[in-house]
Amino acid sequence: MTSKTEASSNADDYLRMYTQMVRIRTFEDNANQLYLSAKMPGLTHMYSGQEAVAVGICEALTDNDRITSTHRGHGHCVAKGAEFKAMFCELLGKEEGYCRGKGGSMHIADQSHGNLGANAIVGGSMGIATGSALRAKVLGHDDVTVCFFGDGATAQGILYEVMNMAALWNLPVIYACENNGYSEYTKTEEIAAGSITARAEAFGIEAFTVDGQDVLAVNELSETLVARCRKGEGPFFIELMTYRYHGHHVGDINRAYYRSKEEEADWKENRDPIGRLRGWLVDQGIATENEIEVMNEQIKKDAEEAVAYAEAAAYPDVSEVDMHVYAATDPATV
Amino acid sequence: MREITLSQAVNEAIAEEMRRDPTTFVMGEDVAEAGTPFKVLSGLVSEFGTQRVIDTPISEPGFVGMAVGAAMTGARPIVDLMFGDFIYLVMDQLCNQAAKQHYMSGGKLSVPMVLRTNLGATRRSAAQHSQSLQALVAHIPGLKVAMPSSAYEAKGLMKTAIRDNNPVVIFEDKLMYQDKAPVPEEEFLIPFGVANIKREGHDITLIGTSSMVQVAEKAAEILAAEGISAEVIDPRTIVPLDEEMLINSVKKTSRAIVIDEGHQSYGVTAEIASRLNEKAFYHLDAPVLRMGAMDVPVPFSPALEDVTVPTPEGVAENARKLCAGRMIHAA
Repeated sequence: MTSKTEASSNADDYLRMYTQMVRIRTFEDNANQLYLSAKMPGLTHMYSGQEAVAVGICEALTDNDRITSTHRGHGHCVAKGAEFKAMFCELLGKEEGYCRGKGGSMHIADQSHGNLGANAIVGGSMGIATGSALRAKVLGHDDVTVCFFGDGATAQGILYEVMNMAALWNLPVIYACENNGYSEYTKTEEIAAGSITARAEAFGIEAFTVDGQDVLAVNELSETLVARCRKGEGPFFIELMTYRYHGHHVGDINRAYYRSKEEEADWKENRDPIGRLRGWLVDQGIATENEIEVMNEQIKKDAEEAVAYAEAAAYPDVSEVDMHVYAATDPATV
Repeated sequence: MREITLSQAVNEAIAEEMRRDPTTFVMGEDVAEAGTPFKVLSGLVSEFGTQRVIDTPISEPGFVGMAVGAAMTGARPIVDLMFGDFIYLVMDQLCNQAAKQHYMSGGKLSVPMVLRTNLGATRRSAAQHSQSLQALVAHIPGLKVAMPSSAYEAKGLMKTAIRDNNPVVIFEDKLMYQDKAPVPEEEFLIPFGVANIKREGHDITLIGTSSMVQVAEKAAEILAAEGISAEVIDPRTIVPLDEEMLINSVKKTSRAIVIDEGHQSYGVTAEIASRLNEKAFYHLDAPVLRMGAMDVPVPFSPALEDVTVPTPEGVAENARKLCAGRMIHAA
């Protein structure tokens, strides 16, 4: 970890990373409650446990940089700058949601912060992310695109098609593989032969493995790779070793048949990304336990207010059902 | 007016739009130096360079997905899919990703991209290089589908497609690339959703798409010699569809045959015929007939392939029956 002098000069960054991780965890706890109390239509996939990945990477990006997200996408969305109210509204299918209630949990997009959207097809956004990077190169823009996906998505063929092209054309894209150990209800080792990073290396892409529960390590690597991408040295591949605290989705409760309670407890108690950063912040004198509790309470309150707001918010008018099927085209251009 | 080939028309349209809008670029297999196997894009790379005319590996889902991402972030990619049959390879990118982004994001994201590809049998290319798959994509809300019937339409529709803010799939008939038609030298665009009356008539309406417009026109010639006056209409785009012009024509003629080279079952002809039945039923003197390709994989042998697609003679024969009142119940 970073030295004490550096730590104090970057205190704001570390506190923001802590806050963002807690915001994600708090958002998910509330989303889970909404599901369990049958207030949320459909279901959702919890990001809890993986916060250091989204936050460590997104803190290295600007609003102009793009990300593509996944079905387990609330963490990426928060980390890229989204607000609770519009997110909860979207989860509940309300008009004030980021997508006017048309996307829901699996399709939240927040273009104002460069989030090109979650995707309900596993691996479905790999083309989109690489295409965003191709656009940057063709049009001479200097933004970077990060493609988030899970270990399960490494089994999709399109990953190898787009990594090939990204490598051929030196595109400014970072493939961020969140290896949480499970491809839905199946252990990763049962679906992935060989090494995941070696697959990227076969295309000549520099690949890294990092502890995905250490937000500072993730952020340090991301800062370096984003800067190198901007200089035309991309693409890159990162495998982030992490863990999914909940089941594949909120309804996946009885999961002893594919993983043990002991394993879950070990990750939560000994490797929790929030607990680790919290201990470090106190240790470094950046924040006191008391200050951290105040921050946590404020975030909890923000989330509860946002949930209440979303519950009371209006559904879209039924007349919106056939709006947004086609984008308008300026008649002056055609 | 000068005459140019359909191939030249497409090339001109793309070149003009690339000069006009620096955010446009072309990508696909062998589009640069090779100019595609049909040589439609020849010369573009020398004007625009390999930065904007990009040869891709043989990775259709990959490069179509990349076009979606480029379009979502401010470019206007024109993707070349070498054969229409390869649409099956890109269905997720086209139908799950491109078609739905605008809707799923509540109107925040849009995907202004063109997928140009082809259709058409009787080129002796067998079952995987001869299909006409427009019905598959026309079924998906969020996609627009253009089907040029000559060099004139190919140019005007392509320019409109490139400027449209939605994913547009253009099907060119690969047997028509060398067919010439009058095309003005001055700039023109053809709006989507506006059909074209190719020939006026009052006994029967023949609605054809793509090269089936020529089939319909030839059938109309045959019928004219027999005293049957056929109106020929080219919808030009099947999504959006100029329903009003088709319905008005049928109200006038009371009879219609819809001709499209896709498989007949669950196809473009079925959709258009159904709309005519629903909206012009009390004006009809005969059932609306569908004439699509036979419901068989396209066979290789010329002896077999030629009987799978609608012909002018076949259309004329059906038109005669409808006009004589001998087809109350289509068999």
